[in-house]
Amino acid sequence: MAGKTLYDKLWDSHVVHEDADGTCLIYIDRHLVHEVTSPQAFEGLRLAGRKPWRADTLVANPDHNTPTKDWEKGIEDPISRLQVETLDSNIKETGALVYFPFKHANQGIIHVIGPENGTTLPGMTVVCGDSHTSTHGAFGALAHGIGTSEVEHVMATQTLIAKKSKRLLVRVDGELGVGVTAKDVALAVIGKIGTAGGNGFAIEFGGEVIRALSMEGRMTICNMAIEAGARAGIIAPDAKTAEYLKGRQYAPKAADWDKAVAYWNTLATDADAVFDSVVELKGAEIAPQVTWGTSPEQVLPINGRVPDPAQEQDATKRTSIENALKYMGLTANTPIEDIKLDKIFIGSCTNSRIEDLRAAAVVAKGKKVASSIQLAMVVPGSGQVKRMAEAEGLDKIFTEAGFEWREPGCSMCLAMNADRLSPGERCASTSNRNFEGRQGQGGRTHLVSPAMAVAAAIAGHFVDVRSV
Amino acid sequence: MKAFTQLNGLACPIDRANIDTDAIIPKQFLKSIKRSGFGPYLFDEWRYKDHGEPGMDCTNRPLNSDFVLNQPRYKGAQIMLARENFGCGSSREHAPWAIEDYGFRVIIAPSYADIFFNNCYKNGMLPIVASHAVVDKLFKECEATAGYSLNVDLTSQTVTLPSGETFTFDIHPTSKHNLLNGLDEIGLTLLHADKIKAFEGKHKAAQPWLFA
Repeated sequence: MAGKTLYDKLWDSHVVHEDADGTCLIYIDRHLVHEVTSPQAFEGLRLAGRKPWRADTLVANPDHNTPTKDWEKGIEDPISRLQVETLDSNIKETGALVYFPFKHANQGIIHVIGPENGTTLPGMTVVCGDSHTSTHGAFGALAHGIGTSEVEHVMATQTLIAKKSKRLLVRVDGELGVGVTAKDVALAVIGKIGTAGGNGFAIEFGGEVIRALSMEGRMTICNMAIEAGARAGIIAPDAKTAEYLKGRQYAPKAADWDKAVAYWNTLATDADAVFDSVVELKGAEIAPQVTWGTSPEQVLPINGRVPDPAQEQDATKRTSIENALKYMGLTANTPIEDIKLDKIFIGSCTNSRIEDLRAAAVVAKGKKVASSIQLAMVVPGSGQVKRMAEAEGLDKIFTEAGFEWREPGCSMCLAMNADRLSPGERCASTSNRNFEGRQGQGGRTHLVSPAMAVAAAIAGHFVDVRSV
Repeated sequence: MKAFTQLNGLACPIDRANIDTDAIIPKQFLKSIKRSGFGPYLFDEWRYKDHGEPGMDCTNRPLNSDFVLNQPRYKGAQIMLARENFGCGSSREHAPWAIEDYGFRVIIAPSYADIFFNNCYKNGMLPIVASHAVVDKLFKECEATAGYSLNVDLTSQTVTLPSGETFTFDIHPTSKHNLLNGLDEIGLTLLHADKIKAFEGKHKAAQPWLFA
């Protein structure tokens, strides 16, 4: 019999029940909760007279609606405020392992605070009413986004009704060039397989490039698995994973720690395991990436040119290119480096961790944001990240260069708070989605790495960060 | 959950690949703490010429007459024809809530994003996967024929075209059973409460740190 993939091991160790047609009940170890996708689930529980099965699996925090400045003013939008207050009262009623209300010193983006407090561990199943839950797969956890009905189901039963996915291995071998980051790898993978390439699959990321990445870099890659269509991205835990977790508040302690690490060491794909599909990339061939269109798969290396729809044979793709060029206000064949920016956003659950901010600060140090840039902002992923960055003096580097240094939250990744683009504005963004209207109605988003975003802020247009 | 058995309804073609859930229901409407009332804001940025905000009365907003949903011939449509990878992006269940609240009960497309696909079933909606050839044919016929209606029957897993031509579709037996009977999935799962508790006991013995 062939061996098991990491995904098989995670799946098999959580099956509570299996129906004749393969539909399973999967036990859920960790349930992350934010204010946007949970109110209807709590309401459903109340209406049915149900209680959470295990409130001690809940890690909750408002992040989508919270402002990133003037915290003393509270949340000005009354509808946003009500949603955040509703999370407060719901958690007060049910209890939770961790709850950081608005303005708590450790509040932040749910996908940043989970790992940094040690509440995401290898071997776990992790869900959240948020597609970027795939982030937690970086620890060797089976983690994916769910809908609100499923949020209610998990709260009420501690299980999820699920069918096993197919297994896709994305292997990136060799080494990344200087200035090329995890974000560029993620975008290059999506460019290669498309935004539907991972539909129906759980992706395991492997190869020398992935092993060489820090935990922050691994989180960036797994975060973007959903943009390739895969609900879950996973990376086998290793010594780096254990090193990251050791001593964190909710990580196992004392005798449990040794036992846990011994178990985590078994969480790797067996040598003779078989994947349903394999995609290979060479690290050395990946250049810094920039999206030009309205889907993450519409991406090119920095030295590329905006595509010409006339050259596209496939009618559906041609229409997509035409729609994207029109929305983005771009002309076919324009060099990516000639695209001028209005705003710069560094943040989001993809790229707001300490390593991202350090990489951005290296490029920003001693430089000035171009006068043509109307706003350049850095939004740390959590209170802890913010304090760490300030202790290292990164905030000074950013503000001296002309960036605004903000309070943590999801911010302009999806523009549910006041941080957003105006119609027609063009933004270099370290977030994960360049969909129409994502950062504000009519706003134009180009996805890049933190270092590329800073380089663009300084030049006023995209530049190859390897040349600055 | 609302049951779905059979529907004879007007079809409406949304001819665009990779439609994301941000397009289906823009973020500002996600601030609601309710499950209903999203229909008027379905495809808000494509449907209206102004900027929509939650709570807005949509009856007097300027319509984008180019958008297919605004064409009088598609008023009252209950079956959406869509292209590949429909519902990609965010996990927001507000997307199927908006589609259902607008009046659609069935979507027919070559493929869907996984989370969106699951979310449809939880709301008594039937997302049908059809081949590219079938979807192309439906788009062509629908655009060429006013009042183009389809008959969707879940029991026999068939869609019948106005010509009488029929195609069959696949659906997971459990999903079919739950949809046909409008079953409360949580209630069904709780029938396995003893199994869940037994699993939990074993799991805790093996990995006590997950229960700290």
